[in-house]
Amino acid sequence: MHDDEQSDVQQAAFRTSRRGFLKGVGIASAATVVLPGLSLGQEEAAGTPGLKEFGSGPLEISLKVNGDERKLSIEPRTTLLDALRTKLALTGTKEICDRGSCGGCTVLVDGRAMVSCMTLAIDMQGREITTAEGIGKDPGFAPLVDSFCEHDAAQCGFCIPGILVRSAALLKEIPNPTPLEIREGLAGNICRCGTYSRIFDAVEACAKKGGVA
Amino acid sequence: MPMSGEFKEKILAPLMSISTGKDLKFVGKSILRKEGIDKVTGRARYVDDVKTPGALYGKTLRSSIACGRIKKISFAPNIPWDQFTIVDARDVPYNRVLQIESDQPVLCDGVVLHREEPILLIAHEDPGLVETAIRSITVEYEREPGIFNIGEGRILKQYDIEEGDWKKEFAAAEVVFEGEYKTGAQEHVYIETNGFIACWEDECLTVHGSMQCPYYVHKALKYAFKLQDDQINVVQMTTGGGFGGKEDFPSVLAIHAALLAKKSGRTVRLIYDRAEDMASSTKRHPSISKVRTACTKDGILRAIDFSFHIDGGAYITLSPVVLSRGIVHAFGPYKWPAAKLHAQCFFTNSPPYGAFRGFGAPQSLFAIEAHMTALANHLGMDPAELRRRNFIHRGDTMPTGQVVDEDPNMEALLDRALELSDYKTKRARWKRGGGKGISLSTFMHGTGFTGSGEVYLASRVGIATTKDGGAEVRVSSTEIGQGTETVFPQIAAEALGIDISKVSFRRPETKVVPNSGPTVASRTCSVVGKLVERAAGKLKQRLAGADIRQHYAQHGEAYEEVEYVPRPGLVWDDDKYKGSAYGAYSWCVNVAEVTVDPVTAMPRVDTLTATVDVGTIINPVLAHGQMEGGIAQGIGWATCENVVLKEGLMENHHLTNYVIPTSADAARIVVEFMPSPYSEGAFGSKGVGELPMDGPGPAIVSALNDAMEAKFTHLPLLPEEMLK
Repeated sequence: MHDDEQSDVQQAAFRTSRRGFLKGVGIASAATVVLPGLSLGQEEAAGTPGLKEFGSGPLEISLKVNGDERKLSIEPRTTLLDALRTKLALTGTKEICDRGSCGGCTVLVDGRAMVSCMTLAIDMQGREITTAEGIGKDPGFAPLVDSFCEHDAAQCGFCIPGILVRSAALLKEIPNPTPLEIREGLAGNICRCGTYSRIFDAVEACAKKGGVA
Repeated sequence: MPMSGEFKEKILAPLMSISTGKDLKFVGKSILRKEGIDKVTGRARYVDDVKTPGALYGKTLRSSIACGRIKKISFAPNIPWDQFTIVDARDVPYNRVLQIESDQPVLCDGVVLHREEPILLIAHEDPGLVETAIRSITVEYEREPGIFNIGEGRILKQYDIEEGDWKKEFAAAEVVFEGEYKTGAQEHVYIETNGFIACWEDECLTVHGSMQCPYYVHKALKYAFKLQDDQINVVQMTTGGGFGGKEDFPSVLAIHAALLAKKSGRTVRLIYDRAEDMASSTKRHPSISKVRTACTKDGILRAIDFSFHIDGGAYITLSPVVLSRGIVHAFGPYKWPAAKLHAQCFFTNSPPYGAFRGFGAPQSLFAIEAHMTALANHLGMDPAELRRRNFIHRGDTMPTGQVVDEDPNMEALLDRALELSDYKTKRARWKRGGGKGISLSTFMHGTGFTGSGEVYLASRVGIATTKDGGAEVRVSSTEIGQGTETVFPQIAAEALGIDISKVSFRRPETKVVPNSGPTVASRTCSVVGKLVERAAGKLKQRLAGADIRQHYAQHGEAYEEVEYVPRPGLVWDDDKYKGSAYGAYSWCVNVAEVTVDPVTAMPRVDTLTATVDVGTIINPVLAHGQMEGGIAQGIGWATCENVVLKEGLMENHHLTNYVIPTSADAARIVVEFMPSPYSEGAFGSKGVGELPMDGPGPAIVSALNDAMEAKFTHLPLLPEEMLK
């Protein structure tokens, strides 16, 4: 059921090439490449940034995602976003700004919305993580998913999984939000196709029909 | 298709009542988009979601100067460079990106003409190591002074128009009024960044990517790699928005990815992060316009003298046609007895500017529309009244020589917009300088390619029967959020007379679909849609009433293909720059209502009302979505989207400091369609994609001028400027 093919491949690549690479640091010979018609470059001896290994290398951790306990090998610096996308093949969580300013990577952590690009995966051990894929499979959230589709809330669709997750958190917290509460509650998520009014309508209609469970 | 009760009442009820004048089953219905559920729940596969075990990650080394020569490129000694794939200009079979011209190198060949120009490509299995390696390469330059202002550098393209005795009109005019109008660059911020995955197999190249125009990419790859048509397959992945930003730029990226893949012999992923995408990709052309008009005291326009100048950036890309569309729209929906226009696009040392929704028209329409309101104020007239007295009608000739052969109905669109917005009451009640303002813009947008563009494209569309008794639409027109994947099956189902559930849309890949042209220029639904309608009609004829499933079982796939036929009498002379620039125009009126915070001068667009003629509406909800989205981008361009340029580079190339409208800023957008069908558009449709981008800018700036008792003539109009 779990699709770990990619993570395996990447781990393998990581083990071989990065280990080899770091061992090679300092002994590899200098190389200079020049474009045609240009003078030959000199070897850069001084002032070259050396490579230093930080942290402990790959760690085996476990994350509870969409109800399943998932084991993965990550570097300590890995964000939750990267872990979900590249290690667990949960690509519904999108990277848009990589700066915590667009909401595209929003996931639920213990029921609260968080931006996964600003969250380290190792800090999320023992927490309940829910992605857009998880919400899509949860019958309790089906009315919200249906409402998004019925209102044509997604045009290009790239921002929408994040907005779905944020809306789910909003309706969990405020079952019957006012239009202003919806508007402000979703203000951390940007949509360039400009479907905001449909998103508002989708959330409002879902709440009026009984909300999410 | 399922629809919730409230939604039906609130949005669909008024839309559903739109009559197409025929008894149609699918056209005119708000069929929900088929891919909606996959997008909402994150199942849709965008390029970065594709798994590519064993692939390399690519990255681009870019210039840190705007103009000069590369003296030396040094690679730090402590990196095992033999583990990396490194590509430079020498690795490109033909180092040119083919667009309209082929002046742009794929990779710098020693000369740098703009910041962030690609110099080297590098790839490795570990994306982290690619980053480190890129930082370990030093480029030394010999700097030269760059040119960054419109008008200072070489002319990229120029057009001149003279119609009637404009000199005499100005000399004899009762009133002559002039103004200068400026518009800033704008970044697309398609929510998915640019990206491609490339791989070679037996001398054949396959690229998967985010794009609007698979055949543009195909053409550019063929040119740079000197390949034959059948050696390349360009596959479009689900694409997270384009807005013009994925019209020309993806060709560059696809070549880069293919170069790395060729040299490494591996699959290569080249997917930009937001900062790189915003810094290096194309933007909307900045513009400076000078408009001088002659009119009577009663506001009857006699002549116009328009200078239109845009910044093209360092390479030609699409600038000549952006300039061209700007020109045709510069005269607005008005009748001019005499006209003079001088239009120039200049080279600068900015990254090349490119296509962006509206394609030059928002810039020239901003100038003419801001000017019309300023002229009305100068004459002491209501800006709505001044426009009403000068609207163009059937039988009138545009300064570009086109005789209007449709009814623009601008008066009806204006009346309805004023009524919906309660314009007169609010205009009377809101005192100038009182913090609230209401103003308007009236405009049009040409459907399809400008001039003879559609003739050159000679687009083709295919349709095939399927085993399950249905049909498959094959086009290179892409779904990028606007609903191609839904609208074309609607058109095909209607023309074939089969159920919509039986019609599928083939995901564009150049090995499979014919070249129906690029997904640009408000042409997909109307122009390509008409070809879908014709192809489906032809297939229906061939089937002659046979059951498709049985026909397929007996004869296999039945496939029909049709090619674009120019509308009779539609003639454009490229050399004289004269004739019918577009087969049809969409027409629109916007009314903007704004409030300015008295302390911070923060503007808010409260309501934007649009009355619209885009011909027959194929899918009301999707058409409505195009209007809302375009208006939202227009609001952003007018009020907050400030591209800060330093040596031509967008300095604020992050979403933390380039601000686009959020849900908290979302205006109330009121859209009412008033269709007059176009005989050559699919079931009477005209273009809708770009039109909504054209009007909000001038309407909002004029409304802000009223609210602040000011005379601003540029956008974006930022709070800090209004406070001064």
